[in-house]
Amino acid sequence: MIVASLGQPLLYLLVLGFGLGPVFQKAGNGSYLQFVAPGVIGMSVLFTSVFSGIGLLWDRQFGFLKETLVAPVPRATVMIGKTLGGATVATIQGLLVLAICLIAGFRPVNWLTLPLALVFMIMTAIVFAGLGVAIGSKLQDIQGMQLIMNFVVLPIYFLSGALFPLTDLPTVLNFLTRIDPLSYGVDGLRNIMIGTSQFPPELSLAVLAVAALIFIALGSYSFSKIQI
Amino acid sequence: MIRVENLSKKFGEVTAVDNVSFEVAAGEIFAFLGPNGAGKTTTIKMLTTLLKPTSGKIEIDGLDPAKQSNEVRKRFGIVFQDPSLDQELTAEENMDLHGVLYSVPRKLRHERTEMLLTLFELWDRRKSYVKEFSGGMKRRLEIARGFLHTPKILFLDEPTLGLDPQSRNQLWTHVKNLNQSEGVTVFLTTHYMDEAERVAERIAVIDHGKIIAQGSPDELKRQTDTDSLEAAFLRLTGSTIRDEKAGAADQMREMARMWRK
Repeated sequence: MIVASLGQPLLYLLVLGFGLGPVFQKAGNGSYLQFVAPGVIGMSVLFTSVFSGIGLLWDRQFGFLKETLVAPVPRATVMIGKTLGGATVATIQGLLVLAICLIAGFRPVNWLTLPLALVFMIMTAIVFAGLGVAIGSKLQDIQGMQLIMNFVVLPIYFLSGALFPLTDLPTVLNFLTRIDPLSYGVDGLRNIMIGTSQFPPELSLAVLAVAALIFIALGSYSFSKIQI
Repeated sequence: MIRVENLSKKFGEVTAVDNVSFEVAAGEIFAFLGPNGAGKTTTIKMLTTLLKPTSGKIEIDGLDPAKQSNEVRKRFGIVFQDPSLDQELTAEENMDLHGVLYSVPRKLRHERTEMLLTLFELWDRRKSYVKEFSGGMKRRLEIARGFLHTPKILFLDEPTLGLDPQSRNQLWTHVKNLNQSEGVTVFLTTHYMDEAERVAERIAVIDHGKIIAQGSPDELKRQTDTDSLEAAFLRLTGSTIRDEKAGAADQMREMARMWRK
């Protein structure tokens, strides 16, 4: 599953990284591959973590959720376990994409601080796995997944600054990028990997931590209210 | 062991269970019979904490499922109408996961797994993935899993649906044996009247959400002046075919058909 889901980030990295590279360079912004690599890692963490949470829907459809719901375990514990499991897979996926970026020619400014990127990957993964479980607890059927993809996941990705710098944006877009938790995940990764960022890394970490708490609380509440 | 008083469940305007009352004694095998959509599964879901009743009272082993849900959950095992096994795990792993969820100590977990898988003739296939199992094997595994944490009550919601006569016969033999050897109270629903007659000590017939008759198989036959439980059931519920809302498996099959188009 992890290997299969590498296709999309790879496509973004190659098509955007190499395709838009010359335009980005001509505009005086340096290497686009260097710029977009943290964004592609963020994307891969976002998609895997959100959909691992939404995977609850499959547990519901195929019956396994019932086995969990009748077990004498507090539902918040099950929700947190589900969130951490999804976050672990998403982080591994992020590390694999990082390895691919390195093979494609991406070079971090400082190899020694690179392990710190893991902290941002883990935090981002927890935030969006929590969101995924919150959504998955509410979804009743698979028709709703397309809606979530188009109106939640893709806007989170495209408004995060993964593909473009968060400077000189129109006011509305500027506001939207600032309330998007992924902006802080990608920005934190960019700070560690290429040494430039929009927000101080401490602020990014703090925002991710608060978002994680909010989504875990929301997910626990939604999960505790599931009736089958 | 189970006491239900004036239990009702409404879904919007629809009353799925309407003012139902019954009691099941410890160690008893109690069958809950009714046509499709009569309210059997909704009742089981309320008894097993999956659904909250709209009104009424439930007592499981003296506990209130609404207030002491985790304590109640420790006391029962359940085999659902639709499969609830993890298809990507082996039989042994499914048993182990269940044991962990119910805090069964590791040594006891392994001992019970071996005993139950042997009893249900699955020990040789313990390392096989559940997705490779036949319908009958999955059902046997689900029942074995339901017994793993030595529950006081076992709920069986149409456990023999889709099984061949040999598998059904074997399954009820095992359930009856475990009911006697472990003193487990069994609450079952089935559409097969011969099975209910064979295993159940008492039967309640539910239709349109209401219990319309209760008693032993012989009492029901006497009440309806019939010579078989099936005839008694038809006399009580009529012979009109009932529709039921599509289950999860039906919805998935419908979705697969849409995608193929």
